Amino acid sequence: MAELTKEEIIHIARLANITLSEEEIEKFGKQLVDILSFVDNLNSVETSDVEPLANITGKKNIFREDIVGESLSQEEALSNAKSTHNSFFKIKAVFER
Amino acid sequence: MSDLNKLSLKEAILGIKENKFSSKELLNDTFSRIKELEGKIKAFVTVCEGQEGEDGKDGNDLPLLGIPMAVKDVLSTKNIRTTASSKILENYIPPYDAIVVKKLKEAGAIIIGKTNCDAFAFGASTENSGFGPTKNPWDLECVPGGSSGGSAAAVSADECIFALGTDTGGSIRQPASFCSISGLKPTYGACSRYGLLAMSSSFDTVGPMGKTVEDCEIVFNIMKGKDPKDGTSSDGDRKDKDNKDKITIGLPKEFFADGIDNEVKEAVMKAASLLGENGFDFEEVDLPHLEFAIPAYYIIVPSEISSNMARYDGIRFGYQREKFEDEVKRRVMLGTYALSAGYYDQYYTKASKVRKLIQEDFFKCFDKVDFILGPVSPHAAFKIGEKSNNPLEMYLEDILTGCVNLSGLPALALPCGFTKEGLPIGMQILGPHFSEEQIFKLGKMYQTITDWHKRKPII
Repeated sequence: MAELTKEEIIHIARLANITLSEEEIEKFGKQLVDILSFVDNLNSVETSDVEPLANITGKKNIFREDIVGESLSQEEALSNAKSTHNSFFKIKAVFER
Repeated sequence: MSDLNKLSLKEAILGIKENKFSSKELLNDTFSRIKELEGKIKAFVTVCEGQEGEDGKDGNDLPLLGIPMAVKDVLSTKNIRTTASSKILENYIPPYDAIVVKKLKEAGAIIIGKTNCDAFAFGASTENSGFGPTKNPWDLECVPGGSSGGSAAAVSADECIFALGTDTGGSIRQPASFCSISGLKPTYGACSRYGLLAMSSSFDTVGPMGKTVEDCEIVFNIMKGKDPKDGTSSDGDRKDKDNKDKITIGLPKEFFADGIDNEVKEAVMKAASLLGENGFDFEEVDLPHLEFAIPAYYIIVPSEISSNMARYDGIRFGYQREKFEDEVKRRVMLGTYALSAGYYDQYYTKASKVRKLIQEDFFKCFDKVDFILGPVSPHAAFKIGEKSNNPLEMYLEDILTGCVNLSGLPALALPCGFTKEGLPIGMQILGPHFSEEQIFKLGKMYQTITDWHKRKPII
């Protein structure tokens, strides 16, 4: 049976850059525990000799020549930005002085 | 002629080609239908009337010239708002087309609207949309299924000629089944995902939803193929197995187990015996790890989601993350937890190993049989609100579909009956990687000997 403390829920939300209300912490916390308890039955499968699968069609090494092709114009690339400055995306400062 | 919107894609193509009617008349009928029904069905997030001029193409030899298509709102459409049915992208206008959209536009198709879905395609009922649920045309109190519920409802209610959907765990097939239309989940990599708002990148596929299997094939043949912008895309290399004397279809006993409604089982078994009368052999097969498909799916998929959703930071496009719908928050947090330090091996690696076992189960089946046949969903459409407060119960909706995405297989959903209450029942035909041509052949054959796909809802 999976368990999550309130601190753990807040920690997960912080890692995911999601802000939760008190009500949401309780609601999502309970739902996440339900889901994690449900998936726990994976532990009953013997997998010590199994390779994990991520590439489902077995394709590998897809290369292309490093040549500049058609792309969006600067104006198009910035067309949905909330804030721009001299053709850059403008964001809040990340580091303090 | 009137009610041109009710035509199949095949009929519409022929009608325009033979000058029985114009594309303009076809569009007019389609938009009238949308005006008549949208208040009830809510299949669309955005209707594009008046923008068709921009897409209009000259040249009579285009295969889809003047055909109205509906596009699921997770596919980027140049200069047409693309919301993924999430409030976070309410004002997002992509400056480019998804490759599949571009290919269909170049073939002459006209985008008439963007269809509703669960936000970012997370869900199985379209109730997770930030813009409210779509209604099932067969019963307005029921969900149309999801996540491509808007596309399925639009095709079913004749609000378009065909539609595009996406399928990560059943999102084309389950709504197709709930709304009595046909839909193909292609082999992983058969169609480019460039321009698709990514959900789970080792699962996501884009496919056609249509009024007949033949319609889906026409659209798929235009959409498919390797795209340099999507490294996972491929032309496929399957050898044609058409010359076999005897085709054998596998019936996995787990697809007919307890928990699957009797009416659903009976309808699919009836389809099987009809195919049996027409020369197909049947064999029982095993999928011993099927019960672990949903647990594995709901570890790997949220993990990939938590990574893909990191791009929604409100800087380059869209709003800040507090606009995420509940199910988006839930899946991002679940994935973040499964991938976090100390839990990665316990959850993500373990689930990826089980994924391997599930794929091997299918490969073993295809050593013995050519196709697999089974129900799409354990039951017909459920009521709006019936499952929306219990996320786990909603996840179990994918029990017969998610396993196919875990393995990357192609699967075609098509109508095979109705419940006593008059709700549609669908079945799915699965084949080995890149066997779409053979699957379509079987599906088309079934639709020549049945007429379930011709029935229309009374709305």
